[in-house]
Amino acid sequence: MRSDPADYELIAPGNLQAVVSLLADEPGQWLPIAGGTDVMVQYAAGKLPARKLISIWNLPELRAIEISPEEIRIGAGCSYTELREHNVIAQEFPLLASAARWTGGIANQNRGTLGGNIVNASPAADSLPALLVYEAELILVSRRGERRVPYVDFHTDYKKMKLGPEELIRAICLGRRFSNYLHYARKVGARDAQAISKVCVAALGRLRGGVTGSVIDDVRIALGSVAPVPLRLTEVERIAKGKPVEPELVQWTRKMTSAAIQPIDDIRSTARYRSVVAGNLVAEFLQQLRGSGKTV
Amino acid sequence: MSHSFEYRGKDDRGKCELSLTVNGKPATVRVFPMERLLDVLRGELGLTGTKEGCGEGECGSCSVLMNGELVNSCLIPALQAADTNLTTIEGLAEGPQLSALQAAFLECGGAQCGICTPGMILASCHLLNKKPEPSLEDIREGLSGNLCRCTGYMQIFEAVVQALRRRAIA
Repeated sequence: MRSDPADYELIAPGNLQAVVSLLADEPGQWLPIAGGTDVMVQYAAGKLPARKLISIWNLPELRAIEISPEEIRIGAGCSYTELREHNVIAQEFPLLASAARWTGGIANQNRGTLGGNIVNASPAADSLPALLVYEAELILVSRRGERRVPYVDFHTDYKKMKLGPEELIRAICLGRRFSNYLHYARKVGARDAQAISKVCVAALGRLRGGVTGSVIDDVRIALGSVAPVPLRLTEVERIAKGKPVEPELVQWTRKMTSAAIQPIDDIRSTARYRSVVAGNLVAEFLQQLRGSGKTV
Repeated sequence: MSHSFEYRGKDDRGKCELSLTVNGKPATVRVFPMERLLDVLRGELGLTGTKEGCGEGECGSCSVLMNGELVNSCLIPALQAADTNLTTIEGLAEGPQLSALQAAFLECGGAQCGICTPGMILASCHLLNKKPEPSLEDIREGLSGNLCRCTGYMQIFEAVVQALRRRAIA
């Protein structure tokens, strides 16, 4: 059943101060809406529980991308198009640029925002594995001020997150320290555009031992669509570190990956398919890493 | 209540008065702030060239340009379109003179049932504005958010190439 617009309130205060002030005075009463690519879909289906919405689209405080020598700070209200078109993101954080390119089509990329993707908290969101491997930190803002938290444990369970009812994500920070890593990303879905992933992976790796070195110096692997939250495979990473990329390690990692995830059967795929494909993708990543020449 | 964000002329039913520029002309509408831009265009402004397909941002039939950016008008609440500049399919032809893209879609069989066509043409328009000399891969990506169940897409890609060729000659 389609929603009746007469039943809904929407306001647009136009600046961040006014938004966080209202969220503080009436916590949990107002649902922030940015580009609407998730909220308006629920609304169209008559499944939006909130009746009062507050627009944060185009708030200048949420749109900036700031670069310092140490990090890039991406405003939570930046669209996928802005992520795709940004030089530093394209060059130093290609996993995020790829995820932005895979999300929806051009029209949705013009409206969907990185902050919105995080709070919508879909385990299938393509950008979240990238944030995990880059060890992103989030700046949360409320009327009381800002706090900075690691993204890694922000999502605690399916659609659950450590965000107060009076808080907004203000920015996403990525450290600029991955230039000599292999950046690997794959999405497996029915088609590139407008298809939610069956499995997606983002991974970073670096070898040691000179240009022909094959010992894993550092590795980070994260998967989407295989658990209630985007998952970083920390145990697999820990054991792979310091070992040479040999067929036995690849084989072992493939098995460990399938064991570490909790995929489900749903409209897009099956648990069995996801489990096999996730293992294959991690194996493919390690094989690429072996020949990559990315060494310390 | 300490907060007041009243809309211009908000009435007791909750409707508000919004100003927009549509196809170069100023327009004022009285609508609910959560009304979909798609319904404002079709219902309030009578611009029925913009089509509703899925109504959930999957198919691109309702694509329009908002401040030059391609958007799905089914996902835009009216309030977020206030004071923006919109281009719909009705804004492309000049009088009886079709735009190069419109003419090319006709010539190449890029339009069959016609439901996806306005969105396809606006997505093509957006692509050519951003990338005046797109590759075939760029064209495929630029139109990847617009679904067509008739043509199989090849005639649509051909139409965009044809419009480019025409422009190069002109």
